[in-house]
Amino acid sequence: MSALNQPTLGGVSVGRKVKDRAVQVLVYIAFLLALIPLVSVLWTVISKGAKRFDGTFFTHSLNGIGANDAGGGAYHAIIGTVEQVALASIIAIPIGVLTAVYLVEYGRDSRLAKVVSFFVDVMTGLPSIVAGLFILAFWLLLLGFSFSGFAGSLALSILMMPTVVRAAEEMLKLVPNDLREASYALGVPRWRTICFVVLPTAFTGIITGIMLAIARVMGETAPLLLTVFVTSAINNDPFNGPQMALPLFIFDQAGRPNDVAINRAWAAALTLIVLIMLLNLVARLIARLRKPVSR
Amino acid sequence: MAKRIEISGLNAYYGKTRAIEDISMTVEPRSVTAFIGPSGCGKSTLLRTLNRMHEVIPGARVEGKVALDDLNLYGPDIDPVAVRRAIGMVFQRPNPFPTMSIFDNVAAGLKLNGVRGRGKLGEIVERSLRGANLWNEVKDRLNRPGAGLSGGQQQRLCIARAIAVEPQVLLMDEPCSALDPISTLAIEDLIASLKDQYTIVIVTHNMQQAARVSDTTGFFNLAAQGQPGRLVEIDDTNKIFTNPTEKATEDYITGRFG
Amino acid sequence: MTSETLGQGGTDALSGRGRKLGTGRLGDRLFGISARGSGILLLLIIAAIAVFLIAKAVPALKADKANFLTSQLWNPDGAEPRFGILQLAFGTLLSSFLALIIATPVAIGIALFIAFYSPRRLASGLGYVVDLLAAVPSVVYGLWGLQFFVPKMAHVANFLHDDFGWIPLFGGDSVGGQSMLTVAVVLAIMILPIISSISREVFLQVPQANVEAAQALGATRWEVIRMAVLPFGRSGMISASMLGLGRALGETIAVAMVLSSSAGISLRLLRPGGNTFAANIANTFGMAGNTGRGALIASGLVLFVITLVVNMAARAIVARRKEFV
Repeated sequence: MSALNQPTLGGVSVGRKVKDRAVQVLVYIAFLLALIPLVSVLWTVISKGAKRFDGTFFTHSLNGIGANDAGGGAYHAIIGTVEQVALASIIAIPIGVLTAVYLVEYGRDSRLAKVVSFFVDVMTGLPSIVAGLFILAFWLLLLGFSFSGFAGSLALSILMMPTVVRAAEEMLKLVPNDLREASYALGVPRWRTICFVVLPTAFTGIITGIMLAIARVMGETAPLLLTVFVTSAINNDPFNGPQMALPLFIFDQAGRPNDVAINRAWAAALTLIVLIMLLNLVARLIARLRKPVSR
Repeated sequence: MAKRIEISGLNAYYGKTRAIEDISMTVEPRSVTAFIGPSGCGKSTLLRTLNRMHEVIPGARVEGKVALDDLNLYGPDIDPVAVRRAIGMVFQRPNPFPTMSIFDNVAAGLKLNGVRGRGKLGEIVERSLRGANLWNEVKDRLNRPGAGLSGGQQQRLCIARAIAVEPQVLLMDEPCSALDPISTLAIEDLIASLKDQYTIVIVTHNMQQAARVSDTTGFFNLAAQGQPGRLVEIDDTNKIFTNPTEKATEDYITGRFG
Repeated sequence: MTSETLGQGGTDALSGRGRKLGTGRLGDRLFGISARGSGILLLLIIAAIAVFLIAKAVPALKADKANFLTSQLWNPDGAEPRFGILQLAFGTLLSSFLALIIATPVAIGIALFIAFYSPRRLASGLGYVVDLLAAVPSVVYGLWGLQFFVPKMAHVANFLHDDFGWIPLFGGDSVGGQSMLTVAVVLAIMILPIISSISREVFLQVPQANVEAAQALGATRWEVIRMAVLPFGRSGMISASMLGLGRALGETIAVAMVLSSSAGISLRLLRPGGNTFAANIANTFGMAGNTGRGALIASGLVLFVITLVVNMAARAIVARRKEFV
């Protein structure tokens, strides 16, 4: 059949095809624009952090290291971060999970539950520095305690709580009601139902949420700045005296105008990112591997 | 405007699974052809291959030929978007665009194709709404949202939207299954009147509807559970329902399975 | 566990002897109290935050000789305390809104890419990659910003100043890398993931029926998005960007590290300097005296109120549309 005899469909105008193509290109560019900073940050942190990623860095503090000296490490900062985050978790997790239990299991439609839920939302938007200011005003200035790792933990726990509440709440809501009803029908009292039937079912999801909350709080600097202060020595006691923390260490070293400090800052940044990524990965692995209640 | 469709050796796949196998048939212009058969036998899949909507699903593909008056719709130079503009479709659940007014819904396809000017659009919108038997009910509220109508009205709105661009073929995928009997009757009357201008292919699981509405009926069936769907028999509607050739057709018509 | 309640308590209840159901009732009461108590504790914490911050802020506000809202000075520990938040508010709002303007189109583009343009199998993986941007802590963004990005932006700033200096935003006498523009870009990078992931969720909720209707009319992919997706997702996208704005407003450390804090209000985006609420607190807290701390706390309260309003508005928009979905 010659082209002249071929019937044709109405075509799609060139203008429309061009617009379609243009949007496609723009959208691809947008994605690249997201990748560029991500790759740049990760690459810079890895390549510059590797310089001081050595044994000294992980086993020594900055005690006795002069302003321009090389060497020294972040041991005191790592200890500090681990202790502060652990304490914050110990405070935030029970309160957060119990509040979620209240919202889902006990208070469903009550006024109190609505008010609590509203204020959990308020807390989610609390700027981290304001949390630090609060602990400064309350714990340090009013009650008269001095800078300590624990004060930092208090601030961090305030930041963790709303995240834990929301994550636990979502997971508890996903537990099918049939499970609860079956348990009640057997005569099991409510608290046992919650503790031994509902919570275990939602356990994986709650753990994932908690780990993600911990990963976020690990990198918080602002609240610690106001409550933990800065020190160069190792302090294993979070309840007494200033402690260091990884994000604070980075902030402090980054502000000094010499190379040895900057190198230490990069190495600490690499350490922090590795820890956070590990937590993220483990959280996602747990979520994938054990999925009794899935989305 | 209305055209003939010739399907030859059509196979459609979802990923590796073959959904319909070796379909060959002809749909005459200005007629209504019904596809009937038990659930899952591929009627809707076949319908969607006619306007190249099947391949929109990730992993889905089509082999074979669908010719619209000698033009192979699956030819190498054919743009699927152009095919979909030339062949209209009405879906099982009415789906007017919720954020658009009634007028804008009907005009949606027109605007895509570059028709401009409130006057020209208004003309075509009125003609389409009249053609869909909806004009009198909505002429005073053309600027209200399309989603505020009843189910039957929404479906007629979707029909108006489809015929506004003057397609050559109109495909209808169980258009009445989500509607009440009165609306169903209204739509069936509408189909009878549209027949003069369009080639219509309708998928229906309601045999009586097929008998009422169509000139030609094709009966589809699965060879066995897990097998692809096949065209068992296609013939004048009268013949299919009174004196079918294949035993499977007769079994289905008389309700021995379904 | 069940036997003790069925056997003992159950039959007792049936026989009407009215004995307590053993550990059941007590446990329920205690547990219920502790659950409720946690909720109330949370409320108390928030109340305490408000109360104590206000309590500490008021003395400083009383001592302020200048107008807290309109003064640009920040000298709370001087002989005559004079401080005001005008410069801080200006810097905070300018940097955050700029970040929003930069981030929102890119984030929506990313969300469209992942939802409609990328290969199906990669979609969730790509979403995870974009969310990685959110996992990087602000102090690391600050370090990267200061060490890597600022020098690069200094070049860009010079270029913009030389070639486009006639635009008032890019004019001015001083040009440098530690400017509002740089801060805005860094903030934009930080809020990209939140805007993008919420938008993505909204796009995935578009009713498939409307998408099919648009496709069946013979629409190109962009036209389908324009007709069926964007109108549906409009309120979700607005809410997403407002949540991003809230995040940018409260960002402290990255701004403190990247911006070279200085006085004055200026719309010259390339000028090094400026200040925000949070950065001011971080930078001056160390040397602040009593009034100084009170002043910082007062500024923190203002920041809190601003972010609260933005976040609440964002949630209100989402809540309203959830009724329709």
